[in-house]
Amino acid sequence: MSDSTAIAHGAHEHPPYQRHHFETMGQQVDATTFAMWLFLLTEIMFFGGLFTAYLIYRNWYYPAFVAGSHQLNIFWGSLNTLLLISSSFTMAMGVWCAEMRKQAGLVLCLVLTFILGIGFLGIKTIEYSEKIEKHHVPGFHYSVQSFVDPSSDKEAKDAGDKPLRLDMARHTEVYFSLYFAMTGMHALHMIIGIAILGFMIVRARAGAYTTGHITFVENFGLYWHFVDIVWIFLFPLLYLISRHQ
Amino acid sequence: MSEHEHQQNHAEQEQHIVSPRIYLVIFFALLVGTALTVGASYLELGVFNPIIAIAIAVAKATLVVLFFMHVRYSSRLTMLTVGAGLFTFMALIGMTLSDYFSRAWGRW
Repeated sequence: MSDSTAIAHGAHEHPPYQRHHFETMGQQVDATTFAMWLFLLTEIMFFGGLFTAYLIYRNWYYPAFVAGSHQLNIFWGSLNTLLLISSSFTMAMGVWCAEMRKQAGLVLCLVLTFILGIGFLGIKTIEYSEKIEKHHVPGFHYSVQSFVDPSSDKEAKDAGDKPLRLDMARHTEVYFSLYFAMTGMHALHMIIGIAILGFMIVRARAGAYTTGHITFVENFGLYWHFVDIVWIFLFPLLYLISRHQ
Repeated sequence: MSEHEHQQNHAEQEQHIVSPRIYLVIFFALLVGTALTVGASYLELGVFNPIIAIAIAVAKATLVVLFFMHVRYSSRLTMLTVGAGLFTFMALIGMTLSDYFSRAWGRW
């Protein structure tokens, strides 16, 4: 900051990070929090559309959705839930460190959140590659083998699936379309979040968020927790609710 | 600026800082919720399997929104924004699903 602006700011006494179009710091914080929540509401509506499509199609093609869901591995899904909840906790602690102006703690929390996020994506990669190997990715190479002949498929056999008629077996492709659309959009949000975390780690090491101005950390925290909430709903809907029947 | 206004603005600036203890309790509650929902999925509960799973997910999401996202300690404007968003979301999903689930049974 140059001397002239320092004098100008000294003249009307407010923190350097308060923008001039806000009367008070409180007003600025309220306005940015409000804006962040409005953005999150648009995100809720966006994912809400996918959830609604999933519920309607599950109701229509119920046997196909049950058989499709048996292809998912509960262990990987649970482990990913654990990683994501832990990353939400480390992020919340990061916000606390920023509020308390603990720079080392903030950097540590952001790095842990970053690592847990990468771990989540790593497990998602393992799961996706299983789907690719078994030709369960919707498109030209999609195979209904696991569903018309469950005895040929380890997961289907373990779940005790009955063979589906070909027309119903075809609808498992709808299940996997929604599976990839929903987890893919969620993973994209994770990738964007991890990229921003990387940026924040560099800035936090330079002491950017431990000066009393924590709006960026606070609002990124809101985003990260939102992505966690989406997974909290995706996990039971995709993995858990069709284990029987 | 009058003295009264000044005090009011000062009060606005004070952000509520949620303690690490609360974060830890919520984290633990979320872990328990995850264990419960995975455990419940192994039980044969018929129509209650999805109901229990969604109920636990709603409880977990509520804890995240109220404590990790600080809505419990936020301004009324934030609470109203979250509430209005939730209401609109429920109305849109509820009306869409009730339409789809109540017409042309078995004729698709």
